[in-house]
Amino acid sequence: MIETWVEAVSTYARDVDNLILLIGVLVGFWFILCEAVFFGFIIKFRHRPGQKAQYVTGEEKSQKRWISIPHLLVLVCDVFIIVGAVQVWYTIKQNLPEAEQTVRVVGQQWAWTFVHPGKDGKLDTADDIALVDELHVQANTTYHYLLESRDVLHNFSVPVFRLKQDAVPGRTITGWFNAQKTGQWDVQCAEICGIGHGIMGARIFVESPDEHAAFIASHSQAAPVAVATASGR
Amino acid sequence: MAETVHPAEQAAHGEHHEEGWVKKYLFSTDHKIIAMQYLFTGMAMGLIGAFFAYVFRMQLAFPGMEVPFFGVVSANEYNSLITNHGAIMIFWVAMPVLIAAFGNFLIPLMIGADDMVFPRINRLSYQIFFISALVLLASFFVEGGGFGGAWTAYPPLSANAAYSLTPMGATLWLVAVALEFVAFLLGGINFVTTLMNSRTKGMGIYDIPMVLWMIIIASILFMASVGPLIAGAVMLFMDQQVGTHFYDPTRGGDPLLWQHLFWFFGHPEVYVVLLPAMGIVADIMPVFARKKLFAYRTILWTAIGTGVLSFTVWAHHQFIAGIDPRMAHVFTITTLLISIPIAEMCFVYIATLYGGSIRLNTPMLWALAFVAEFLIGGVTGIFLGASGADIYFHDTYFVLAHFHYTFFPIAIIGTYAGVTFWFPKMFGRMMNDTLGKIHFWGTIIPFNLIFIPLFVLGAAGQHRRIYDFTNYPMLAEPWMQDLRVLATVSLVVMLAFQLVFFYNVIVSLVRGEKAGKNPWKSNTLEWTTESPPPHGNFGDQYPTVYRPPYEYSHPDREEDYWPQNLPN
Amino acid sequence: MSSAARPIANLRSATGIPTGRLAVWWVVASEIVIFGGILASYIMFRLAHDAWTVQAANTNTTIGAINTFVLLTSSLFAVLGHANAVDGNGKRAAFFLRLTALGGAIFIAIKSYEWYTEISHGFTITSNTFWSFYYTAAGLHALHVIAGAVILLLIARDAAKNLELHRVELIGIYWHFVDIVWIFLFPLLYIAK
Repeated sequence: MIETWVEAVSTYARDVDNLILLIGVLVGFWFILCEAVFFGFIIKFRHRPGQKAQYVTGEEKSQKRWISIPHLLVLVCDVFIIVGAVQVWYTIKQNLPEAEQTVRVVGQQWAWTFVHPGKDGKLDTADDIALVDELHVQANTTYHYLLESRDVLHNFSVPVFRLKQDAVPGRTITGWFNAQKTGQWDVQCAEICGIGHGIMGARIFVESPDEHAAFIASHSQAAPVAVATASGR
Repeated sequence: MAETVHPAEQAAHGEHHEEGWVKKYLFSTDHKIIAMQYLFTGMAMGLIGAFFAYVFRMQLAFPGMEVPFFGVVSANEYNSLITNHGAIMIFWVAMPVLIAAFGNFLIPLMIGADDMVFPRINRLSYQIFFISALVLLASFFVEGGGFGGAWTAYPPLSANAAYSLTPMGATLWLVAVALEFVAFLLGGINFVTTLMNSRTKGMGIYDIPMVLWMIIIASILFMASVGPLIAGAVMLFMDQQVGTHFYDPTRGGDPLLWQHLFWFFGHPEVYVVLLPAMGIVADIMPVFARKKLFAYRTILWTAIGTGVLSFTVWAHHQFIAGIDPRMAHVFTITTLLISIPIAEMCFVYIATLYGGSIRLNTPMLWALAFVAEFLIGGVTGIFLGASGADIYFHDTYFVLAHFHYTFFPIAIIGTYAGVTFWFPKMFGRMMNDTLGKIHFWGTIIPFNLIFIPLFVLGAAGQHRRIYDFTNYPMLAEPWMQDLRVLATVSLVVMLAFQLVFFYNVIVSLVRGEKAGKNPWKSNTLEWTTESPPPHGNFGDQYPTVYRPPYEYSHPDREEDYWPQNLPN
Repeated sequence: MSSAARPIANLRSATGIPTGRLAVWWVVASEIVIFGGILASYIMFRLAHDAWTVQAANTNTTIGAINTFVLLTSSLFAVLGHANAVDGNGKRAAFFLRLTALGGAIFIAIKSYEWYTEISHGFTITSNTFWSFYYTAAGLHALHVIAGAVILLLIARDAAKNLELHRVELIGIYWHFVDIVWIFLFPLLYIAK
């Protein structure tokens, strides 16, 4: 359903889409059924001169059955949805696969700073590449992100990954993603963060190993300058 | 206070005398006048909230344009408009109209009493509410403009003027909300006590009209849930003005604390406004279907169950806010469980129609529309309550469309249903049914055209509270902009059709057909007295109740209704 | 409000419980959740911050204990006032209500002295979140004590003329509630070190 509008790029994007489809089918069924019966009744039981309405209390077992049986069926549907939701949630948020690469994502009013590991592949070393509003990752690689905020709440949202996570000042929140397709897409801030919330967008670049190596190489000389700009903001 | 019913019930109230206009209409302690004050204040605030919606929708459809009657919308103003649109529609429209206006008007009339138990506390409640509205309106005109941190007011943004850039606006907003809470606590105590103690002779607990039950359950829910948020608001106020650090993570505070306190109130609050609207619908449907309400007791216990459950679901607003990910499972389960009682109530309403003799007068159209539209709001909520799917939908326009499909039926459809139904009782004249139907269709069709496109935009990844989507390449596509324009145009059309309603009200007040005591042939006690009811409501004789409120088309009776106060 | 203007609604009692008492219980219920919210927040924070014990060590348990005693004694007077009101002895009821209000005043006086000392030692509301909770929670409680004392005096004025004696019980319920809030605050803010 969602893929019509937004590409599915991360490993778990399809899981989310399938869950949404499952819910869509189950609630869609109930929704159509309810509305059909509802409008059917309105048409069928329109007032006709001389005809009195029936007297039904709804308190007897045989009548309540019409409520309690659909009711139980709804409960069964709920169980399916819960199981699906729990599985997807576990995959994305609770389970943390081994990282091949790690990036630091820092939100502040009103820009994102993405700190990429440099040539050594490790964060917090001298060759880190810090960029404003640009995140470069390598496809088919499991990334951990370390999400931080310098001031208010922000939300690191990458729609094509089906990923959202609030950035909370004073905490570092770790999550993961693994992009499957190369290309460039939007990163949003999905938590109101003040006047500039509307402009706090960024771009994510998912690159093939060669492209990514080229990116690291091209930024290795410029790195100290980039860090200086980032920390100067 | 007397332990038993006062023996002199019949004799009292000889002393009611004519009062001056100011005393009668501005400082009255009469529950009907106070109800009108709440109704008109709520509707006036509704117009302000609607104007805000118009301004920011225009900005979204035509970014950067000079909006007629407003001007160019800055990012700061945009945030302030959306924040206060939300706050106004919930705190200054839905609550005063659905709970306070209908509660005040209906409770004494429907239980056969002359007034609330504490008329002066009732008046005080309105006065505090009125001041809260003034404080809110004042907050738009202070330095830095009105508060723009969303109606949820998450700190640190709301706690620190250096972040929000609205030093006074944020505090005035908070004070206004707190005052509103105080007004509704006072009102709620009055409502609950009145219903518990002042029922007329013969009215047992299963003889109470459903709308009253719903208003009372809502009042109790409000009282039980708002306390922690009042405590939280005190702490937020201290953070803003005194310099404490309750929510400041750099100084030992925790911003998530506010979210818990806010949503512990915020989710039950949804049911605080939902239940009265459901009650209004439950009272209108049997009248126009000439049919007994299906399974009265089931509805009642379901509503109570919903209320209790609503205290266990709050963190589904915070799945991705940084709470322990294991907690999400618990709240997914409780959230999906709450779909059960709500589904049950919808089933019951549908079952009520079965075998009826349905007349599609304007109030009935509104009541039916409530069920049809609320169902959409209900089923889309499942997507958001399921943690895994919420990761994608959180803070998108899907959420926005979802809760407008719940709040619009509640606050707008529910209100119009109630007003068109009780208008004859309130003012003694019938409303024009043709104009009513024009207004109905002119509201319902554009409403769907506003929010169905927003569901699509939300599913396409459009996130909330963004004043200009052209900054986002993925959201700047032409088809998305077309949908935004469609939503905005529909909104303008819908607002234009509201003029029909106001015209209808004025024309009906002046020239409407005299309503008589019971124009709808309804059973409940408010229809046994004059329209509009005199001061003291029932004259010298208070009605006695002999049967439940929904005995329509009873087989033992020729007439298809059976008022509660008739001995046989 | 004089009895004559009271609506009939106010004179009925479908539950058998007097309306005033019912309303005061609802007031207490809505207040419980307010204090419940602030205390629950405090407890969560306290559990997460071991370092607060250092700050909490600076509260004066002796003064807290004296204030607890003062407040409990005033509650006793409220009970005696109620007993006299039931007997129809408005004058003595008013006397005890005034003693209760005096207890509240002494409580506030001691509290002011205590806060003055603490603030002059540099423990202000902004110095640490423990102190923020300390002043906010106790301050909110103190406002309730002041409001209660004022209402006590107003009711005492009527009671002295043998009017509205049922209200003696109502303010008593409220006063006990304020008392009980303090019974929670005292161990949480003073004893837990």
